[in-house]
Amino acid sequence: DLKASSRVTNSELFTLTYGALVTQLCKDYENDEEVNKQLDKMGYNIGVRLIEDFLAQTADVIAKVAFKMYLGITPSVTNWSPAGDEFSLMLENNPLVDFVELPDNHSTLIYSNLLCGVLRGALEMVQMAVDVRFVQDTLRGDSVTEIRMKFIKRIEENLPAGDE
Amino acid sequence: MADEAPFQFLHNEVIHYIYKSAENGETENGKNITKLENMGFRVGQGLIERLTKDTARFKDELDIMKFICKDFWTCVFKKQIDNLRTNHQGIYVLQDNKFRLLSQLSAGKQYLEHAPKYLAFTCGLVRGALSNLGVKSIVTAEVSVMPACKFQVMIQKM
Repeated sequence: DLKASSRVTNSELFTLTYGALVTQLCKDYENDEEVNKQLDKMGYNIGVRLIEDFLAQTADVIAKVAFKMYLGITPSVTNWSPAGDEFSLMLENNPLVDFVELPDNHSTLIYSNLLCGVLRGALEMVQMAVDVRFVQDTLRGDSVTEIRMKFIKRIEENLPAGDE
Repeated sequence: MADEAPFQFLHNEVIHYIYKSAENGETENGKNITKLENMGFRVGQGLIERLTKDTARFKDELDIMKFICKDFWTCVFKKQIDNLRTNHQGIYVLQDNKFRLLSQLSAGKQYLEHAPKYLAFTCGLVRGALSNLGVKSIVTAEVSVMPACKFQVMIQKM
């Protein structure tokens, strides 16, 4: 109940703050045209930021839902870049390498590289282009397995010409 | 996280707007703070009305302050005030060890001077809320180590 009421207040907080902002803009500018323009500009700035928040949530869903569901592990999400467009998934144990030891003549093999492709493909299907790579691997003697993900862009819907 | 993001972004834009419109002209820092504070005041008035519509009547001033620290703070910032102190003579100090509107700023000393503009709206929020509960006050804020901050509420006896 408290949760529900806090959600209600949250949207009310937004609504009221927005109202105060529009009031302030109307005080500052003589005509509505200019207020409209300012509102659009501010909305644009928020939209640009929202994508970072969206990515943060995507990271959480990947770690807590997808990995848990398909591999039975929950990596931690860490090492966010200051710009908020890059993070690491830390895998304490990687089930793919459970019975594996790398022979010397495969020193450059990235054994679990399949995962990178899986992540890239899955996110592509929800219109996100990402760069995914292994930066640490327990198979190579690192203490943890670290997958680095970098957000590149939102993919525009590209429908073939003449298609609906 | 998701449902708070819009407010935080809007808050940032409000600050950005107030300070940018000042750049092209007349206003100085104090006026900007006042503008932000006034906007917060209106919002605080509206919010507290909604929040208290089903609560029991408050016993006294301390009871009201506790409501601000717990219910009000939780609704706005998703956590309670960490510490409430009073001298029992109308001064209350509300300490938030991880104030949400500062948590996106880098914790270094470098940005400390920018902290006041991120606090002004909230000072107004508290003052507006108290005002609609019949308590006239002056609210100020200070930061020594980010993202912790202290709000001081001075009750004005009528």
